[in-house]
Amino acid sequence: MATLEEKGQTATAERLKDFLREMLLIRRFEEKVEERFRAGELPGFLHVAIGQEAVAVGVCRALEDGDVIASTHRAHGHTIAKGTPPNEVMAELYGKVEGCSHGYGGSMHLYDIERGNLGANAVVGGGLPGIVGSALAFKMRGEPRVAVAFFGDGATNIGTFHESLNLAQLWTVPAVFVCEHNRYAESTPSSQHLPIEDMTKRAEAFDMTAMTVDGQDVEAVYDVAKKALKHARDGKGPVFLVADCVRLSGHYVGDPQVYRPKEEIRELRQTRDPIELLRRRVELSDDEWDEMDREATRIAEDSVEFAKKGTDPKPEDALKNVYA
Amino acid sequence: MAELTYREAVRDAMSEAMRRDEDVFIMGEDIAEMGGSMGVTQGMLDEFGPDRVRNTPISEMAIVGAGIGAAVAGMRPIVEVMYQDFMTLAMEQLVQQAAKHRYMSGGQIKVPLTIRTQGGAGWSPGAQHAQQVEAWFLHVPGLKVVFPSTPEDVRGLLWSSIYDDNPVVFFEHRTLYGIKTDVPEQLDGIELGKARVHREGEDVTVIATGRLVHESLAAAKEADEAGISVEVVDPRTLLPLDEEALVASVKKTNRCVVAHEAVTRMGFGAEVAAIVQHQAFDYLDAPIERVGAKFAPIPFAPVMEEYVVPHAEDVLAAVKRTVGKE
Repeated sequence: MATLEEKGQTATAERLKDFLREMLLIRRFEEKVEERFRAGELPGFLHVAIGQEAVAVGVCRALEDGDVIASTHRAHGHTIAKGTPPNEVMAELYGKVEGCSHGYGGSMHLYDIERGNLGANAVVGGGLPGIVGSALAFKMRGEPRVAVAFFGDGATNIGTFHESLNLAQLWTVPAVFVCEHNRYAESTPSSQHLPIEDMTKRAEAFDMTAMTVDGQDVEAVYDVAKKALKHARDGKGPVFLVADCVRLSGHYVGDPQVYRPKEEIRELRQTRDPIELLRRRVELSDDEWDEMDREATRIAEDSVEFAKKGTDPKPEDALKNVYA
Repeated sequence: MAELTYREAVRDAMSEAMRRDEDVFIMGEDIAEMGGSMGVTQGMLDEFGPDRVRNTPISEMAIVGAGIGAAVAGMRPIVEVMYQDFMTLAMEQLVQQAAKHRYMSGGQIKVPLTIRTQGGAGWSPGAQHAQQVEAWFLHVPGLKVVFPSTPEDVRGLLWSSIYDDNPVVFFEHRTLYGIKTDVPEQLDGIELGKARVHREGEDVTVIATGRLVHESLAAAKEADEAGISVEVVDPRTLLPLDEEALVASVKKTNRCVVAHEAVTRMGFGAEVAAIVQHQAFDYLDAPIERVGAKFAPIPFAPVMEEYVVPHAEDVLAAVKRTVGKE
């Protein structure tokens, strides 16, 4: 008979493997996105969140059924972690009817209402007020649901951020504001756009509970997100959750990153890659890792096949869905 | 029949919807104890309580955005933006979020949100509290725009706006709140997108909105004395627009004047003129006339304000131009 402690350890180990599998899937998916974009197959422009997978997975795995999220222009990871099949995400990037926004949205407007994704937003800070309103609706109806906004440190300089946090705290709505603090607002480093070092000071002005976590450590993100969600769900008010994280990619796919020392990225890749950090922690055998990697790669490749075989919208369908 | 002021009619539509439906609630600045800066929501706090009559900070981006989020989550919020001039502060949320959520999601989302706002000139509030901005929103696919001019219309159209599944920007005019007329006993919705013929006539059609409906009716009376028979049509809903009714009226009278309080240049009247000339070109006996504000911010000094915005005599002069009786 296994002791309770041993059972707990097994459960944790299994959970970490699940996190690793999901993060690796998002990584391989986004590498595929970069590759297909460079091959000229994907219209528009794209932002990948390579390096930030632990935040997406840690937060989304901590959510309960019925919780909702709003995402950003860097949305692939959040969307997959919230449960949208990679096939539907990739099909959207190819502008196909089978895409999660049926070809009307694209990379920066991934929606999946059924799975609680209220939409990725291409306006920095644009999704925050809506999350306050959805959380308000949950509170007014007495539903034990939480609304979660993802955004970056760059968004903390825009008016919607301050107005939203103010209103959320004033009305103690069940919202969690997840700041993915990757220290770049597009190309601009935080030294040029943030007058403060300690981001929790942003929440202090509203007397809002703030939590900080190492955003490269998925287990820590999961634990703190659980705490933040419980706080919000228990009616104690919203939480400002700062995840210190690392963007290992450029702002957009193809960004030469002239604003960033080459050594910085090289060093961060070696020391702060959340997937490598987790892989070491769960002590996977090479065989297990290879199998996990093969599976993630296969899903990413299959999603491209799925998307390419997808249906092009009829041009005149552009006039549908303007009104309900 | 009951008699209601325009102000009471707005309140009546909201209150009835809130009595009927838990999903309907209102939020805005100074709307609770104070009863709204125009007194529209007076008494509603007592009846519905602070949870459903939500006083907000001065925070237009957040309150309009919160309305969007609540609507997406299944509520039917009514947000009051105190002055339409302050819609500028919420433009991103309205234009980039409310209007596009349904579209960008490929039809997954509904945004049943009503934004009520008011304003207009006529009482010297100065340049930042007096302009008419309804035309700005007519350029945005995904929004509906309503601008009623009578108690009956404001009540029925607000009801329909609340129960519409799209974001509706609902304009009220400051100087109309005191107008009192008969309204039907029973509160029924008035279909959005249907014009109303206020006065039938034979010689000239005046298509007017908001305060200018009343100015046009006054002008029509005077025109009668000069032997000109004027038909006054109020589109009531500007988006979607009842093109059929407007064009039918002009086909009957063969002359058209468009009158609104907003700046004439690039305004609602320009679009109406384009629609009418395209659909009734062979029926027109005179160039289409436009009546609106001169191209300036609304000034403070009463004599200047009166000079900038249009009045009955401007409509009358335009009517006379169309029949060659200047």
